[in-house]
Amino acid sequence: MTQTAPPPAPPALKRTPLYQVHLHLGARMVPFGGWEMPVQYPTGVLAEHHAVRERAGLFDIGHMGQLRFEGPDAREFLQWITTNDVARLEVGAAQYSLLCNEAGGILDDVIVYRLAETRYMMVVNAANTDSDQAWIEQQLQRPGRGVQPERVAFERLSPPRTLLALQGPRSLEVLQRLTPVPLGSLRYYHALESTVAAVPTAIARTGYTGERGYELSFDGAQAVHVWHALLEAGKDVGVIPCGLGARDTLRLEAGMALYSHELTVETNPYEAGLERVVHLEKGEFVGAAALRAIHAAGPTRRLVGIELLGPGVLRPEYPILEHATGGAVIGRLTSGAPSPTLRKSIGMGYVPLQFATPGTEVGVEIRGRPHAARVVTLPFYRRATAAASEQPRKAG
Amino acid sequence: MAIPTPADCRFTKEHEWVRLAEDGTAIFGITDYAQDSLGDVVFVELPAPGTQVKQGETFGVVESVKAASDLYAPLSGEVIERNEALEQSPELINRDPYGAGWMIKVRPADLSELSQLLDAAAYDQLTASLH
Repeated sequence: MTQTAPPPAPPALKRTPLYQVHLHLGARMVPFGGWEMPVQYPTGVLAEHHAVRERAGLFDIGHMGQLRFEGPDAREFLQWITTNDVARLEVGAAQYSLLCNEAGGILDDVIVYRLAETRYMMVVNAANTDSDQAWIEQQLQRPGRGVQPERVAFERLSPPRTLLALQGPRSLEVLQRLTPVPLGSLRYYHALESTVAAVPTAIARTGYTGERGYELSFDGAQAVHVWHALLEAGKDVGVIPCGLGARDTLRLEAGMALYSHELTVETNPYEAGLERVVHLEKGEFVGAAALRAIHAAGPTRRLVGIELLGPGVLRPEYPILEHATGGAVIGRLTSGAPSPTLRKSIGMGYVPLQFATPGTEVGVEIRGRPHAARVVTLPFYRRATAAASEQPRKAG
Repeated sequence: MAIPTPADCRFTKEHEWVRLAEDGTAIFGITDYAQDSLGDVVFVELPAPGTQVKQGETFGVVESVKAASDLYAPLSGEVIERNEALEQSPELINRDPYGAGWMIKVRPADLSELSQLLDAAAYDQLTASLH
């Protein structure tokens, strides 16, 4: 009998420098995007979620990819590979953007930071870091827009560079205790370079929770030191470590898309409600021709927020139905979860245009039975006292 | 932090418990191990009084933030009462899984079914082997 060779073992999950710290804290670890990450600590997802809305929470987001672009043609190269208008980015500013392929399908959603005149950083999703890097290197071989490859320095910074997020209404006060420059004037979607707990850090006022917050990029060799310094500085405020479970419920309430759920290579920016980050007028870029055509034709479906009208829980992949009581399947949820802050269950999904008006009653099938639900505007949650400039970038 | 396994209960391999009350009714719930594995419970779907449940078959669903899990009946019988407090306070299941987090009361059809279940010591051995 012939024996076939056993399949190769899957590559081991990657770990951030804080892995042992999470274990020591009693975190439950799960695979995510090729990394072994904390989904929750003994506090639990609900308590961690509430901590961020009420005080502040600390997240290890070292799994995310950090890329550097530098040089005289760095800006034009970023213009070539992203959909947003990089020319609008002043030094110290950041923008949410997309990498799209030639067909206008979304390869990743990213944030681009301009840290200096000709120095940019891009943060990408963990699961896509390798493929994004390979795709960008490929684009750098034959870029458009007059870019000369030798005038662009492109490299991956992570690892050893790592990333933490401190998010919540008390985050400014806590971070200020560890940072010598005044942070009060750092506006939303802006960044500066300083130190945190004496460690050189790029501090960005960006986040994935719908609250004021900061994302901190620095050398991972200092991760344990900075992590403990932040928790110590935030002790009297009640800052706690928060895992990916709370990260998901927070971003869903804030109406923010998650790559591989709301955004995939099969989705385009227009149906995802991200037309504001596609600047067709900036000239040629990868995917521009396809995006022009899609924009001209108009989307045939739209990403919407959905809330369950009764008790129960919405989850990804649940069918969306024509009526509260049944009918044809018109789509599937891309995300779904309990909303700890709003005390109901919420989700997102693509529906045909005629169902996309907020207020439209639909159904969601849960365990074979239709449940009444309703299309609602995004975001589900908005921080009541925040200035307009601090509102989360909604997905739809 | 773990709650001691009550000696007066019997257990399924799927981490449900049953306790017989003085009046011969049986109370069902999920164990401390189960609530800890699930994480924060946000919703539980339980059968209405009058429903027949069968040993080893599903009688409801418990949902945590992350996932939905089926509930398996430790004994067969007719549902007499369900814990209505769980609708507003599903977290009782996490906080007090053997007490205030009880799920349904059943009139058992056949007490010999108890022999199919694990006692507290056997259940503790099972959970120890799962770590």
